[in-house]
Amino acid sequence: MTSVLAQAAPTEVVGSTAEFYVFVVAAVIALASGVSVIVLRHPVHAALLLVINFFAIAVLYAALEAQFLAAVQIVVYAGAIMVLFLFVLMLLGISSETRFSERVRGQRTAAVLLGLALLVVLVGAGAGPYLGPDAVCPAAGETGNLCAGLETANNNGNVAGVGRLLFTTYMWPFEATSALLVIAAMGAMVLGKRHRSDDVTDRPAVLDDEPDDDIAVGDEVRGELVGADRQETE
Amino acid sequence: MSGVPVGWYIALSAALFTTGLVGVLIRRSIVVMFMCIELMLNAVNLALITFSRVHGNHDGQVLSFFVIVVAAAEVTIGLALIVNLFRLLGSTDADDPDRLRA
Repeated sequence: MTSVLAQAAPTEVVGSTAEFYVFVVAAVIALASGVSVIVLRHPVHAALLLVINFFAIAVLYAALEAQFLAAVQIVVYAGAIMVLFLFVLMLLGISSETRFSERVRGQRTAAVLLGLALLVVLVGAGAGPYLGPDAVCPAAGETGNLCAGLETANNNGNVAGVGRLLFTTYMWPFEATSALLVIAAMGAMVLGKRHRSDDVTDRPAVLDDEPDDDIAVGDEVRGELVGADRQETE
Repeated sequence: MSGVPVGWYIALSAALFTTGLVGVLIRRSIVVMFMCIELMLNAVNLALITFSRVHGNHDGQVLSFFVIVVAAAEVTIGLALIVNLFRLLGSTDADDPDRLRA
């Protein structure tokens, strides 16, 4: 696994013209798919473009010599998380939004303008000092102030380097994440469980003792309800 | 032309973060808003990994790894909540859940 990943992003790429092209292609794909996620009306289309976005970001991780995280990005994000998203989208049968949010008048314009302002601030403060040609990570064999040390740190492979740090310095946070994952799985089970009431209709897991004026969705009526909802929103 | 200044990665990360933020602000569907949050988390991860490369150690990558793990847990719970909300209200519009009691 390690050697395959190392071959996928050989160290010669870093600091070379190849890195430039990889960056440009991946960045264009990432930005275009990211904008499409918020522009497209159908949630399933948005989810599929988000998968493309995750893949483009994984390519960037590999270009940044983080091969382990590139693999994790594809397996966890593009694999597990997006499958969960698509599963829920298709399970619920969510139709497209009729319109973007305009409950507050001018919300869209304000959001875009404030977003642009934030972008200017972030680029100016975070990226500004590193935009010049002297901020290029030197190619293998050359020396420079930036990016020194990652070559040596990656000597035994990126996975080994990250793993060593994970099981020594960051061992307790790592153990805490295991507890977090177990709690999350149990929480999802509890939230997803339906309490059987006396008749065939299932009640939501919460608000069990409430009078029956909310929508109780059983397996039989859900298709009907979703259809009705879709007609209503369109 | 050789190599990419690290600022470009940070600028891309900032652009992706802004995209996600604008998406959260202008979309109505809770699921799409949730996806935009994932977009923002990814942007932050990209910045962390860029910094990890600039500083020449793995600490940023480890933090990014933790972000991915927490995001996975968060997605599990969040989607379970969304499914429950959909069972309760019959829609995923963010404007619909405006009462504390059903």
